[in-house]
Amino acid sequence: MTTSIKQLPDIEQVLSGNGACGGCPATMGLRVVGKALGSNAIMLLTPSCAVASMGMTPKLGYNWPCINICFASAGSSASGITHAVEIMQEKGRLQGELPTVFTWTGDGGTYDIGFQALSAAAERNDNIIHFCYNNEAYSNTGVQRSGATPRGCFTTTTPTGKRQPKKNLALLMLEHNIPYVATANVAYPGDLYDKVVKAKNTPGTKYIEILAPCYLGWQFDMSETVQMSRAAVRCGAWLLWEAENGKINFNNPSARIISGKKAAEPVDEYLMNQGRFNRLLKGPDATQRIAEIQGDIDREIAFMRERAKITV
Amino acid sequence: MKAVTKAYRPISWPMKGAGGDTGTWRTHRPVVDIQKCTKCQICWIYCPEAVIDREESIVDYRYCKGCGVCAAECPTGAISMVKEE
Ligand SMILES: Cc1ncc(C[n+]2csc(CCOP(=O)(O)OP(=O)(O)O)c2C)c(N)n1
Ligand code: SF4
Ligand code: SF4
Ligand code: SF4
Ligand SMILES: [Mg+2]
Repeated sequence: MTTSIKQLPDIEQVLSGNGACGGCPATMGLRVVGKALGSNAIMLLTPSCAVASMGMTPKLGYNWPCINICFASAGSSASGITHAVEIMQEKGRLQGELPTVFTWTGDGGTYDIGFQALSAAAERNDNIIHFCYNNEAYSNTGVQRSGATPRGCFTTTTPTGKRQPKKNLALLMLEHNIPYVATANVAYPGDLYDKVVKAKNTPGTKYIEILAPCYLGWQFDMSETVQMSRAAVRCGAWLLWEAENGKINFNNPSARIISGKKAAEPVDEYLMNQGRFNRLLKGPDATQRIAEIQGDIDREIAFMRERAKITV
Repeated sequence: MKAVTKAYRPISWPMKGAGGDTGTWRTHRPVVDIQKCTKCQICWIYCPEAVIDREESIVDYRYCKGCGVCAAECPTGAISMVKEE
């Protein structure tokens, strides 16, 4: 059973009055992550909105020891810290439970610029949790395309809509044979909480990716952050799943879509509610380009359904 | 553990209001009609700012950014967004 909202702990690791935009999906997700991790953790951040949201020195908007590192190195820096705390414990310089070492990184810092170091950390199976809050663009620098930006989407570097589909990074991380991989979404806080608790209690490299619809980059009203997150799941543009020791399980509502109990909603309405697809929808080849986006979603659903059957 | 010497001192400390009094960013304020509120805690969990009291559904206006997520998600329509004067 998924943990209900009323069962979630009181602890707040994201402090009020931080520097994030109103309605920010990243702080929304991080609050739930904080409830699962508790205060005994060390946070690493690469350049992103999450860093800008920390606020102004000498104040800090997150209630953890935070280390801002360079863009390419989330995986390697977290590895270094996790080894350091293990050795400090061995030498008796650190008593009690080891802190959870985690990275809180955007899609730019995960899919693109940080991928090499993350891949290396996963291959070594170092004891870290890598979180990717995925707002499908480089939001902090004014919305440029990333490897997570879906096809057809407008960004400042794809002025006519991106021509390539996004990559499935959670699946790529799974293929590193790490013990835990999960996808989550800010509209489903209980599901996210449970996944973070599992990751916290599993040794080795864990990867959790959280879809984070950003009103600024996606161009919708900031009050609709949760609605947009939910819509992404209902049309199958985002699938909720987790894999413990390589075995994939889908979580509802995605599980119903994968099993065929409930058809995914057509993608049209999801696209229409976001300004980032506006130009595409108004273009002369709109029908064809919507069909391409629908094709990407259908392929991903079909592929993940088959991939989950492989349990060797 | 060794005492924290000057070289190890962090440059920032966890504190509310790291982005200033963010309540000044608001154009609309969420007003809760306690009569309609069922204390379901949905607004509490989705508020990105952690400014809604879990038990009493009271908003801390010093930091509430007025995003309206709480009003959009409240299942009973107990929260309305009222224009700031
Ligand atoms: C090596 C390097 N390249 C570029 C930048 C500029 N930069 C700062 S934040 C950012 C965007 C990060 O995007 P993402 O990781 O997706 O996080 P988001 O801003 O979307 O939260 C960029 C490009 C930088 N700080 N360092
Ligand atoms: S631009 Fe988007 S992700 Fe960045 S702080 Fe604003 S709402 Fe959050
Ligand atoms: S979401 Fe609405 S009903 Fe639920 S606690 Fe908040 S104000 Fe009350
Ligand atoms: S308007 Fe936004 S910041 Fe203010 S209480 Fe509602 S959800 Fe929280
Ligand atoms: Mg991003």
